[in-house]
Amino acid sequence: MSETLTFARAITEGLRSSLESDEKVLVMGEDVGRLGGVFRVTDGLQKDFGADRVVDTPLAESGIVGTAIGLALRGYRPVCEIQFDGFVFPAYDQITTQLAKMHYRSRGRLQVPVVIRIPYGGGIGAVEHHSESPEALFAHTPGLRVVSPSTPQDAYDMIRAAVASPDPVLFFEPKGRYWTKGDVTTSDYPTTSAAGAADVLNRARVARAGTDVTLVAYGPTVTTALKAADALAAEGTSAEVIDLRSVSPLDVPAVARSVERTGRCVVVHEAPSFLGAGAEVAARISEECFYALEAPVLRVGGFHAPYPVAKLEHEYLPSVDRVVDAVDRALAF
Amino acid sequence: MPNTQPGEITGEPEVALADVTPLVQLVSPTGERVVEPDNATYRSRVDHLTSEDLRALYRDMVLTRRFDDEATALQRQGELALYAQGRGQEAAQVGSASALAPQDYVFPSYREHGVLHVRGVDPVDRLRLYRGEDHGGWDTAAFNVHLYTLVIGSHVLHATGYAMGVQRDGAVGTGDPARDTAVVTYFGDGATSQGDVSEGLVFAAVNNSPVVFFCQNNQWAISEPTSRQTRVPLYRRGEGFGIPSVRVDGNDVLACYAVTAEALERAHSGGGPTFIEAYTYRMGAHTTSDDPTRYRDRAEEEYWRQRDPIDRLEALLRAEGAWDDAWAAAVDADADALGERLRTEVRELGAPPTTTMFEHVYATEHAQVTTERAWFEEYEAETEASR
Repeated sequence: MSETLTFARAITEGLRSSLESDEKVLVMGEDVGRLGGVFRVTDGLQKDFGADRVVDTPLAESGIVGTAIGLALRGYRPVCEIQFDGFVFPAYDQITTQLAKMHYRSRGRLQVPVVIRIPYGGGIGAVEHHSESPEALFAHTPGLRVVSPSTPQDAYDMIRAAVASPDPVLFFEPKGRYWTKGDVTTSDYPTTSAAGAADVLNRARVARAGTDVTLVAYGPTVTTALKAADALAAEGTSAEVIDLRSVSPLDVPAVARSVERTGRCVVVHEAPSFLGAGAEVAARISEECFYALEAPVLRVGGFHAPYPVAKLEHEYLPSVDRVVDAVDRALAF
Repeated sequence: MPNTQPGEITGEPEVALADVTPLVQLVSPTGERVVEPDNATYRSRVDHLTSEDLRALYRDMVLTRRFDDEATALQRQGELALYAQGRGQEAAQVGSASALAPQDYVFPSYREHGVLHVRGVDPVDRLRLYRGEDHGGWDTAAFNVHLYTLVIGSHVLHATGYAMGVQRDGAVGTGDPARDTAVVTYFGDGATSQGDVSEGLVFAAVNNSPVVFFCQNNQWAISEPTSRQTRVPLYRRGEGFGIPSVRVDGNDVLACYAVTAEALERAHSGGGPTFIEAYTYRMGAHTTSDDPTRYRDRAEEEYWRQRDPIDRLEALLRAEGAWDDAWAAAVDADADALGERLRTEVRELGAPPTTTMFEHVYATEHAQVTTERAWFEEYEAETEASR
């Protein structure tokens, strides 16, 4: 079955599907029950699945993730909602020292299939701590998967895969895209096995084919990159857009295949460029595509400043103009 | 009662605190049964323990201490990277763990060697982490004992979450003693300052979860006395969260057994969490890297040496005619055998194969690990070939 859904609703339906297919799946977080979450992503789920499975938790992020770990050790599959990107840090210890390492330190005896959903990114005119992109901080920790969908279909498919994954998944939702709509196929989707889940979560996708330059993006900046590709096409430049979908692992072969053809690569993300995911992409492409490169890999990202006030955020965020500018610089080599 | 004024910094030992704050005690430091009207319910919880049961508790405590002594010696000989000593806390650990049902689940900190002993975790496996051979060391499901957790207090939330899962499984309040399940988490006085411990208490309280928060107040968080962590006796922390709380003489194995049995009964029956402060003393160092002579004096150590939990139980056994020299000699022989086994088998633990560092990072395919492992294996093979 295919229907038109908002990005947010696609996640809701993905969660609903997971809750229906596995009674061990739980949704937990602040305000996820009666309110349906501050972004309404869990709207209606508590009514349908009850307060024991869609759990309004105390206002304590470390507690949410820490108890989710315990629930997972008892055989449950908790999906935690962190209300906003900037509020994940009280849980950072539990995520990086406990969740990420449990499978490893038990030599594979223990699994902690916990999903942590985090609305992230800017451009919505919010106040401090509500617009950040902390994905690299988690991608740097072995043991975690870090993914971010950019379309309603991927939102649906990837949240289901994340829940089915035996590994912990940091699920970054581009909150600025919550209300964009798209066709989503919600039925006949195969029950997701562990290996199937990994396959869904491991792969990048080509969002737009092109020949002259490769734009690499994920989450909110996929739309930016696609708009930049439109603008570049008007100037006669054919840009290929790769939607990474996953920051950990990085689908380096997918990017390399593209850059082998285009010879140029620009990475776009909202997080600060310094030591961001783009830095890793640049390093890996330099290593693997050295003889194909016509220009250095360039990055367009946030600046090394705390996320600015809302009145300035559009100057901070990677814009179509800044992406086009980077492509022009790459083409000038 | 706070033993210091707010803001006051003092290096004075807190030797008097145990004497001024009420605590559940069933056996005095000199080995006499304490019979008072207000400990009657606790006395009733140990009435069924026979002389043989008491001797079994004694044996567990002696073996726990021998394990401690041997592990300390192995560290001194360079066979362990580190060891966290439990000397002095045998009654708190053996007494509480002995009250558990098999299906109950334990989340220890990293000093609960006596708990692990009672639960049957192999003594060699208990030292794998400290040898640097494993980050865990045992099959948690085989003993219902989670791995040691080194980040202070983190596991208290895991225990609470596990207990929330127990509730969802319908494994509380059924009345079936083989089914109803409680979770016990062990932590120390220092851990009570961690946010995760407070959050664990909040989550357990509002969910009425079957958790026993077993706090061993051993008076010292490395070099900081309990007065650096709290201005009220720690059991009152539990009360603040609306959780029934009790302070027990942590060097009295019977009292520790009794208060834990009460807490377990509450948890099993659906009555929710309990906070236990076991008032005890860390007779050894924090770890083998620590030097207590820098921050506490001999008078304090002597005060607690006279309250040694093993001596107390021996005195009780003797007073009640349950001591048997032949049996005691057999216990010593068992301890000698344990020491011999540890000295031999811990030394025999090798390093795991190098490529195991890449195993179980993820349960599923992850390209970064696959790529780096392939590179490393090739590098090792080439290095080997060029030798």
